[in-house]
This record gives sequence, C-alpha cells and structure tokens, in this order.
Amino acid sequence: MTTNLEMNVPTLAELTAQGESPEIVFWVGCAGSFDDRAKRVTKAFVKILNAVGIKFAVLGTEESCTGDPARRAGNEFLFQMQAMSNIQVLNGYNVKKIVTACPHCFNTIKNEYPELGGNYEVIHHSSYLQQLINEGKIKLSEGGSFKGKKITYHDSCYLGRANNIYEAPREVLQALDADLVEMKKCRTTGLCCGAGGAQMFKEPEKGKQDINIARTEDALSTGASTIAVACPFCMTMMTDGVKNKEKEATVQVKDLAELIAEAIK
Amino acid sequence: MAILQQILFLITLGIAGFFIRKRINQIRSTISLGKVTTLTGSNQERLKNVLLVAFGQKKMFKKFIPAFFHFFIYAGFLIINLEVLEFIIDGLAGTHRIFAPFLGGFYNVLMNLFEFLAIAVLVACVVFLFRRNILKVTRFQAVEMTRWPTLDANLILAIEIVLMVAILSMNASDQILQTRDHHYTPTGTLFFSSFLTSTLQHFNTSTLIILERFAWWFHILGILGFTIYVTYSKHLHIFLAFVNTYVAKLEPKGHINNMPVVTNEVKSMLGLIPAGAASAPAEPGRFGAKDINDLSRNNLIAAYACTECGRCTSECPANLTGKKLSPRKIMMDTRDRLEEVGNSIANGGPGLNDGKFLLGDYITKEEINACTSCNACVEACPVLINPLEIILELRRYVAMEESGTPAQWNSMFQNIETSFAPWKFSPADRFNWAKDSQ
Ligand code: SF4
Ligand code: SF4
Repeated sequence: MTTNLEMNVPTLAELTAQGESPEIVFWVGCAGSFDDRAKRVTKAFVKILNAVGIKFAVLGTEESCTGDPARRAGNEFLFQMQAMSNIQVLNGYNVKKIVTACPHCFNTIKNEYPELGGNYEVIHHSSYLQQLINEGKIKLSEGGSFKGKKITYHDSCYLGRANNIYEAPREVLQALDADLVEMKKCRTTGLCCGAGGAQMFKEPEKGKQDINIARTEDALSTGASTIAVACPFCMTMMTDGVKNKEKEATVQVKDLAELIAEAIK
Repeated sequence: MAILQQILFLITLGIAGFFIRKRINQIRSTISLGKVTTLTGSNQERLKNVLLVAFGQKKMFKKFIPAFFHFFIYAGFLIINLEVLEFIIDGLAGTHRIFAPFLGGFYNVLMNLFEFLAIAVLVACVVFLFRRNILKVTRFQAVEMTRWPTLDANLILAIEIVLMVAILSMNASDQILQTRDHHYTPTGTLFFSSFLTSTLQHFNTSTLIILERFAWWFHILGILGFTIYVTYSKHLHIFLAFVNTYVAKLEPKGHINNMPVVTNEVKSMLGLIPAGAASAPAEPGRFGAKDINDLSRNNLIAAYACTECGRCTSECPANLTGKKLSPRKIMMDTRDRLEEVGNSIANGGPGLNDGKFLLGDYITKEEINACTSCNACVEACPVLINPLEIILELRRYVAMEESGTPAQWNSMFQNIETSFAPWKFSPADRFNWAKDSQ
C-alpha cells in the first residue's frame, strides 16, 4: 500500500553526460506530461520503475508530440516533421528500447517510425508490467485491497485491435487478485472510448449520444467498482463518462500503473 | 433438331461471353484508374489469408448462424459449378450427361452430392430472405441500404432459389425418362429429385422431354445471365473477395500508410537531404484523395469486393451513437463512384472530369470527421476490407489541399507546430510533472 514510493527521474541528457546509458527510455507522451490526471499515471509508473530498480531515463523537455493526432486528422506534413525530429533525438542518443504508457505513442513509434528511420524495440507499459510481474520483480502485497473487488478492463483500440495486445493488461489485473469482469463488447469487439483518430481534440459530430457515454454505460453495467484503463485518452473519456452518470463516488477509473503502484509491496 | 440446339447454344454462349468480357474489362480498367501499390510483406502470409479467410470463411464464423447458411451457398457455388462444365460440353457437343459413362458409379455419388447442395442452397436462401425481410436484422436496415442494394440482395437469393429448382426438376424428369427411353444415360437414383418424380410420372414422354430440355436451358441460361448480373451486383464478392484477401494489408491495424512524397519534402526542409535531391514525384497528383483515382487500386478492389453485409457498420462506434459515418457506406459510395466513372468512360463521356467527386458528392466531411480510427470496421470485415484507409486518405486531402479540417483540429495543428504538443502548453514545462510533489 505504498503510495509514497520514491520518485527519481533521470533524463537521458543527464545520464549521457555521466557516460551512462539506461536500460530503457520511458516515453512520457503529451498527455502524460501535461494532463493533470495522466500525470498521476506517469508518476505511478515512475515509482514502479524506481521500486523495481530499473535503470531508465526520460527525455524531459527534449521529448515532443509523436505526431499521432496530426497524422490521423490528415496533416501528414506536420506528422512527419514531428516524427523526423523525434527520430533525430532518439537516434542521437542511440536509443534501443522504449516503454510508454500511451497506446497512441506506442503504436506510432513502433509501427510508423521505422519507415522514417526510427527503429526501436517499443513496449507498452501493460506488457512491461506483465513482464515485471511474471519475472517476480514486482511483488504485490498479499490480500491487497483489491481482493474480491470487481474490476472491468476497457480495451484501448490502439493496444487491442491496432496491435493485438489483449491479454497483457488482463494478466496484470489478475495479479491484483481482483475479480475481473468483462464487458459484453471486449477484446476484438471492444467499443472505442471515442477519443482516437484525433477526436480527443474536437467536439464530436452530431448524433444520438457521445461515444464515451455509451462505453461508460457498458462498463457500469458490469457492476465493477473500478474501471481499469491503459491509455490516457481512455482515462479522460471514461472519467468524464462516470462523472456524467454521477457515479464518481462509487466508481473509480484507474490506469494499470496506478493500480499496481497501490498494491506494490 | 439436335444440331439446331447446338447452334443455338453456341450463339448463346458467345453472347454471354461477350457481355461478361465487356464487364470484366470495364471493371478492370476502372480499377486501374487507382494508384499502383506495391505489395509489401510475405506472399506466404497473403496466401494464408486467401486460404483461411476467403476459402476457409474464417472471419465469417464469428457470427455462427449466417456463416453456417452462407457456407452452403458458398460450397454450392464452388461445387455445383462443376456441373456447369458438363452443361457446357453437352450443349456444344450435343451430348447428354457426357461425364456419366466416364465416371460410372461415381457419377451417381457426385449427382447426389450436387442435389444435396442444391437443397442446402435453397434452404439457406429461404432463411436469408426471411432474415432480411421478415426478421429485418438491423444491419440490413440502414440509410445506405436504399432501394437498389436491398433489391439486389433479394434478387440474388431469389435467382439462386429458381436455379436450384431448375436443377432438381431437370433431374426428376430425366430420371423418369431414363426408364422410358435408352437415349437418357442412367444416373442411378438421385435421392432428392426422386421426391419430385411421383408428381411427374403421369406426364407423357414428350411432355417430360420438353420439361427436361426446358429445365436444362433454363438452368444454363440462368447461370449465364446470373454471371453477367453478378458483375453489376454486390455479388461480385464471389470473385473479388479472393483477390481482396490476397492484397489486404499485412501491417498491424494501427499502422497508417506512409506518404513518401511528404517524406522527401520534409527531409529536404530539415536539411537531411539536399533540397534538389528530393526527386519530383513522377505524377504530381493530389495529397490524399478527393476522387477514386487518388485512392490505391487495392482500395478500389475492396470496393468491388464489398458484400454490403454491414458487419463493419454494426461495430462502428460513431454509427452506433447516431453519427452519419457508416464504413459500409464508404465502400458502397466508392463503388458507386467507380461505376459512374467507368460507365461514363465506356460511353465516351467525361469520366473523371464530370465535375463530381467522391468527396463531397458521395461522402461528406461530416462522415469522415466522425471516425475514431478504432479499427472496429476492419476487424469485423469478413473479407479483409479496410474502410479506414479510404477515410484517412479523404482526411488527408481535406487537411493538406483544402485546409478544411474542423477549426478545433486546426488549433491542435497549431499547438503541435508551436508547442510540440496538441495542447497549448509551453514546451519548457513539459518536464514539470517530475517536480510537482505527488
Ligand atoms: S475506424 Fe472509423 S469507420 Fe471504422 S469502425 Fe472505427 S470509427 Fe467507424
Ligand atoms: S466492408 Fe466488409 S464488413 Fe463492411 S459491408 Fe463490406 S464486406 Fe461487409
């Protein structure tokens, strides 16, 4: 139950100046850097890395938007400008391995940067956490506060359908000893939260309902008290949905990293 | 008499062949209006997709009931067509059941199998008519399912039923004739059509001869007519679904196709390559897509391969929440535009230069703007069609050629340009999260 884990965040520039190189670079992403809710996820993840003793580094102010929303909104020029300058920075530091808590950054760096000259091993934090748990590096306290509690997992499109990652986040949740309940639409048929494809940055088109409300209804109907997410945009959408349904007193929306950080020994 | 029939058959075959060829050529040349795409990735992977998804109907079986009945129609199509080969040889050579003496006892087995499939196809078509018109399954009722697509679907089912009835009555009268006239090669008992023989027994021989001939001609003319019809119909998927599963994208679904033209320009802007070295693209073209010729040939094949089943639309979050976007409509619009341009060119018309465009005259910005790029449509499609690719190409045109993206997206672009983040924050503050206490 150690929410007061230490936080020590070296930058790649610092490490390099000391003649060292990290095991892995943590790509924080724009949401993780600027969005208040997502920043808590960033910190939770850093605390886990610190607790496990992983030698990592962040880019700090040298990081910049991957270009995902620009590309998906059709502005290929802007996307490629962003991509190229990020690749220059990453290649400049000779980065080999990247972990990120954002499925959009994950997808873009992993699938779209190679064509532009950026080749890295890219891991999403759900897979990374699963790996650390399986290797016994993350030790969770026995009979944690999640024991028997109902948790439902909302699939991020950019992890699931886009990259076939369905099981890693579920295995992480199972490690919490929680009662994982599935929504009817899950895995390959999981309903989008409504934020992808740059929708996060504009009002939705006219319709009967907002997508995040429809998805929140799916999640609430499971009776779960925790909606677990693995994406900062899903986080915003589902949190707004829960507020809209006036359920924030009984239902919490949490990222995998936060749940693990709370349960870590 | 017999020679007359042979001549008539030859003429019919010639006419049908002429029209089928004409349609195939038109479709082929309309598809080649699209941009050439080089297929990347392993051919083995592509063949695997053809075998599993097209031949094996793998993705169909996500919905068991339609997949089960569709499987009979599909198997019927593949196998009963072997019989068409015999029909054609018989028709040309003036023979009757030419394969029977060669295959001996096996011919009976084969004919019984065909009859079983004919019954199965018949039942499946009735079930499908019921699902569409009585049960009114939701995915068949949508704005894009206007009069023609609805009629098309029902027509196909009705034609298939009639064709199967023709086969069965031909076999029934043939079986009686075998007992009355040695000209009719014995086939052995044919299980299903033998149920019809009792009702036909009391007809005299000449009536039965006429009935048998009528059913034979009806069936073969029906098949030939149907083949021509198919090229105008969503039923074209029976051929192009195979092609589409071969050319379908192999990258993870999250990957968006790169634009090498832009890469060259960006590289020279950043001084990564000397400015002049970015060789001008062979054909300047538009950024993104405004009309069908801006799309890739694979996108156009996909439009012709679409079965209009609506599995994509029934999973689309935008459509489910009442937005105008429907991935099926994207594919149907693309095909309608292809047909419009193709027909115009075939008739010496202006073709692409008719003042109309896919974007605007068929697909609106409101539709494409509503897409969350969630890939639910791509995942749902039983023949590996990717409506998202077309949506993104249209968005590229709107953003880069028209600067017509929604204002909020334009601000997001500006923020990325100036603050390197989609929100307006100072880039210097990017690392502040690490300093905040908790
Ligand atoms: S990718 Fe776009 S069109 Fe396809 S299902 Fe998702 S929102 Fe609908
Ligand atoms: S795109 Fe695929 S899923 Fe959608 S209607 Fe056409 S065949 Fe069906």
